[in-house]
Amino acid sequence: MNLRRDVFQAIADPTRRAILLLVASQALTAGAIAANFDTARPTVSKHLQILTECELLKQEQNGREIYYQLNPQKMKEIADFLEPFRQLWDARFNKLESIMKKYKK
Amino acid sequence: MEQKTKIHAEDGKQELTITRVFDLPLDLLFKAYEDAEIVEQWMGTKVLKLENKSHGSYRFETTDHKGNKYGFNGTIHEFVPNRKIIRTFEMENTPYSVQLEFLEFEALTEETSQLTMHVVYRTAAHRDQVLKLPFAQGINMAHNRLQDIVHKLK
Repeated sequence: MNLRRDVFQAIADPTRRAILLLVASQALTAGAIAANFDTARPTVSKHLQILTECELLKQEQNGREIYYQLNPQKMKEIADFLEPFRQLWDARFNKLESIMKKYKK
Repeated sequence: MEQKTKIHAEDGKQELTITRVFDLPLDLLFKAYEDAEIVEQWMGTKVLKLENKSHGSYRFETTDHKGNKYGFNGTIHEFVPNRKIIRTFEMENTPYSVQLEFLEFEALTEETSQLTMHVVYRTAAHRDQVLKLPFAQGINMAHNRLQDIVHKLK
């Protein structure tokens, strides 16, 4: 539960969203990711740590380098977060519709 | 199949739109919002007050299965039968700030109608929090169900 909350905190930050976009096309090292930002390297590292803890990013050891890549499964869960809100309203409106149909004719 | 209820929420905006097409004539759709007894049925809430007029107000109260009561209230800014309701909505005793709702009712055919709900929140972050409530509750419920099952296994 807390983990999922963290996911939303993770994507609320614009820098972290930018990082996710960067690694969406290819796996990158921390250095290559940091090169895209004006912020200090430790700040980028902190962002990477948060994204990894939330399982939005996966680490992969390749020789001496660690590559970061997107975890598509986790991203899909987030994309669906609107769906429960829609279903809530859909259920309410379905009820409204069935109740009001009795008043018809 | 096309969905009857649609949510339009753009990234980083403090508003969202809910649209729904009903298999009901316009007057019956509006009646479902106007008549306190009917509101109670489809919203699953108790209607303590519902003043259908410009500058009126309303108050709802729901009770969960544990007997906890939750209050909701708002002010009706404008009330035009079969056309629109402009009102505020607030969940009492929560950190969530009041929201502004523009409800527009229109006839599509003699037998069908559409409701467009334009909801404006105080901030984009606040909108996102409210949007995620059912998602979070769903996870909570799944978690509780899991706990129930685990307890039974013990």
